[in-house]
Amino acid sequence: MVETTLVTPAETHRPNRIKWGAIGDHTILILGALLMMLPPLLALTTASHDAVTIHREGLQLTLGDDLGKNFRTAMFDKGGFTQTVDGMLMLMNSFILGIGFAVGKIVISMMAAYAIVYFRLRFATLAFWVIFTTLLLPLEVRILPSYEAIQKLGLTNTYTGLIVPLIASATGTFFFRQFFMSVPEELAEAARIDGAGPWTFFVDILIPLSKTMIAAIFIIMFVFGWNQYLWPTLITTDEGFFTLVRGIKQIVLSYTDSQIPEHGQALALAIVAMIPPVLVVVFFQNWFVKGLTESDK
Amino acid sequence: MKRAGFDTIWLPMALLIPQLMIIAIFFYWPAGWALQSSFFLQDPFGFGSTFVGAENYTSLLGNDQYKRVAGFTILYSVLVTFFSLAIALLLAVKADKVIKGAKTYRTLLMWVYAIAPPVAGFLGILFFDQSTGPLTKFFQMFGWDFKLGVDYNATATAMVIVAVWKQIPVNFIFFLSGLQSIPRSVREAAMIDNRSATGRFWQVTFPLLAPTAFFLLIINITYALFDTFGIIDALMKGEPGNNPMTLVYKVYLDGFRGNDLGGSSAQSVVLMALVLLLTVFQFRLVERRIHYT
Amino acid sequence: MAQVSLEGIRKVYPNGFRAVQTTSFTIQDGEFVVLVGPSGCGKSTLLRMIAGLEEITEGVLKIGDRVVNDVDPADRDIAMVFQNYALYPHMTVRKNIGYGLKNRGTPAAAIDAKVQDAARMLNLTEYLDRKPAQLSGGQRQRVAMGRAVVRDPALFLFDEPLSNLDAKLRNQMRIEIKALQRRLGTTAVYVTHDQVEAMTMADRIIVLNEGRIEQIGTPSEIYHNPASTFVASFMGAPPMNLIKAELDQQSVRINGCRDLIHAPQSFDGPVTLGIRPEDVEVDEQGLVSFHVDILEELGAHRLLHGRIANQPFSVMLGKDDAAQVGETKINLKPEALRLFDRETGLRL
Repeated sequence: MVETTLVTPAETHRPNRIKWGAIGDHTILILGALLMMLPPLLALTTASHDAVTIHREGLQLTLGDDLGKNFRTAMFDKGGFTQTVDGMLMLMNSFILGIGFAVGKIVISMMAAYAIVYFRLRFATLAFWVIFTTLLLPLEVRILPSYEAIQKLGLTNTYTGLIVPLIASATGTFFFRQFFMSVPEELAEAARIDGAGPWTFFVDILIPLSKTMIAAIFIIMFVFGWNQYLWPTLITTDEGFFTLVRGIKQIVLSYTDSQIPEHGQALALAIVAMIPPVLVVVFFQNWFVKGLTESDK
Repeated sequence: MKRAGFDTIWLPMALLIPQLMIIAIFFYWPAGWALQSSFFLQDPFGFGSTFVGAENYTSLLGNDQYKRVAGFTILYSVLVTFFSLAIALLLAVKADKVIKGAKTYRTLLMWVYAIAPPVAGFLGILFFDQSTGPLTKFFQMFGWDFKLGVDYNATATAMVIVAVWKQIPVNFIFFLSGLQSIPRSVREAAMIDNRSATGRFWQVTFPLLAPTAFFLLIINITYALFDTFGIIDALMKGEPGNNPMTLVYKVYLDGFRGNDLGGSSAQSVVLMALVLLLTVFQFRLVERRIHYT
Repeated sequence: MAQVSLEGIRKVYPNGFRAVQTTSFTIQDGEFVVLVGPSGCGKSTLLRMIAGLEEITEGVLKIGDRVVNDVDPADRDIAMVFQNYALYPHMTVRKNIGYGLKNRGTPAAAIDAKVQDAARMLNLTEYLDRKPAQLSGGQRQRVAMGRAVVRDPALFLFDEPLSNLDAKLRNQMRIEIKALQRRLGTTAVYVTHDQVEAMTMADRIIVLNEGRIEQIGTPSEIYHNPASTFVASFMGAPPMNLIKAELDQQSVRINGCRDLIHAPQSFDGPVTLGIRPEDVEVDEQGLVSFHVDILEELGAHRLLHGRIANQPFSVMLGKDDAAQVGETKINLKPEALRLFDRETGLRL
């Protein structure tokens, strides 16, 4: 650390000066970190207790003995109204939604953005506006008609009906368009002189160049897809298609309906629902932050 | 478009078709349908629909319950936006200042971003539990008989608190990155010109952060309006009853539980208009942003 | 190897902007031609039309004997070096240089041999497996050159290839590029806004201004016999002095004072008088009074900046010549005087 070895004149005069400012800063940051950390941590510790304790005493600060048991029951015991769905199935559905949504979005929006940015098309401007108008209206606003559309197409309780309508907004296309616009013009020109056609240029140059961008968007979209709630609630009524996030309310309700609510198991499921997106965000946070903050430019 | 674009026609057409098909089927068709059915009464996809003109809209405006929901939505958006922005700004300024552990603080403060709103709502239920919730006890210390899901104000308070908590990370990330993009030389010039750190913050740092703040303002309003659905749904524990709710929740409630399709469509259209307004506002700000950077 | 000819080439952008006015010239086989001019003069547009990156509004472009107006850039048998090099950042130097060959279906073994040759020629052999980000500016420039050289094209196109380098490296690369072009004997068109580059590298210079050709000539012709005041002031550092004067037969009047200068040609009326700073002598018995404001010490020579009859004027002296700020007298070498029409700026 450089800053600790440097001796500034002020410090030589007052060698034992306490930096009250820095202590204040750290105090505020630690309080903030606690505010953010405590609720999920308490969920974890509480999930390690048996149902009676949680029902009687509420959130627990210490680790109990039932952590493994609660997780095992939540993940592997069939539950729900039909007694056919377990945590593993919901976990799988969550991954299908998260990954399917992210991959689908990236593939479709990269292709569209490439077509809009790199081709001299008469209708490019029209396509641009047709696509980017969708940015104006989030799915929540048009939830009812979208549901009707899916129903008419017979796509309720299918992965297609779950994933594809979520892709029908231009966020990804917008990100990639912005990114492609920032790629130097000369790269495409050099490639043309080097004999690369439009498809070769896309595959050989543009996609490898976009790797970081793809990673960043994948993370954002994965988290977004994983955390979807309203749309899955409407589209999937068959418990076999429930994701963790969609199922959580049902589970909580069915657990709390009993005499002694199985809050331990419900919390275990909630934690399982948090872990994958949290891990992705924490481990790839540089890409994630870059993708998030540069997307608005 | 790039100045030396390719001239082929078929490749870009083929590349655009998937996106255009998806938005045609899942965006333009539904949006148009909503607009149309907002002028009809009864079941619009059966044969019993009657054209009623703007009646769905006028009855909305005359509906006291709708007005109440709209009022709550405004208050809710203002509170959520204000508190989550203020807390996030404070934390970002501090995280930008400290030298040791900056990276750790960033990680600790941002990871809640990844938690789904209904999961956050479920955690909220435990914290606001009638008999054992620590926050219920906290409010009881001030003599407030806090009853989540029963007392209108209590439920509203819980909704605001959980929504603020969930939104702090996004704001924090943007504020921190905004602060870090302020050139070092500008800060150093300010250090020479102004002795007071508070003065420097309000006169130099904050104005430079203004574009980020404007952008976040829109993001937060959008969040409060739409993305908090899961939190609200979880906290009212499936029983709307007398509980506060936002406009989006009411669209859902009337359309899917109440089967009032015309009314719900009219509400959808009102929401669309609201979002369009926000977007126009945002575009004007984006134009301004260019001058700042 | 090829001759390039432009016959009545014109470029008008869709927004109506006329980037290049009707232009014709021929570049001989093996010639090094430099297009020079201030920014916005149309030199890059001209180059990009030759490359096929910009459509030609009107006229005929031939490379060799082939009309290439509608030929794809990849099929024109050209290679181009860009200002920002346009290296593919995710490819190694080896792949960057070989990419054009690969797209043309050259067998891998042949690509490798050619890349090795090009790398040796440009001293890049030890960097072949690095990525562009791991190279210095000069090395990146060489890779861009390698990418052009490896294909053995009929025509090299350079779009301000040295302007991203620092002054020292620029001087060095200037010599290297010129030497390489001499050795390969490939026709080259080189765009720059730097008149030093133009003077030192070109076999022939084409000076452009506002989409029009001002002058075509060898560096020496351009320097000594500029066709217009624009060329006179653009080429050469410091630029040629341009003074408003009246001509009465062969005697020159500057601001009404009749000086005993004899013009090399006869004319009556207002003119612009041009003279290079090095063609002026300081002489106490001189005929023209010169007020020196600033003395610039440049090592090899000294520059005096001042005024003649309230018009800015510079004089270049040898490093040992005495000079001081203040009033002095000068002599203009009569044979070095150039006369331009005051109205049109064209050489009389």
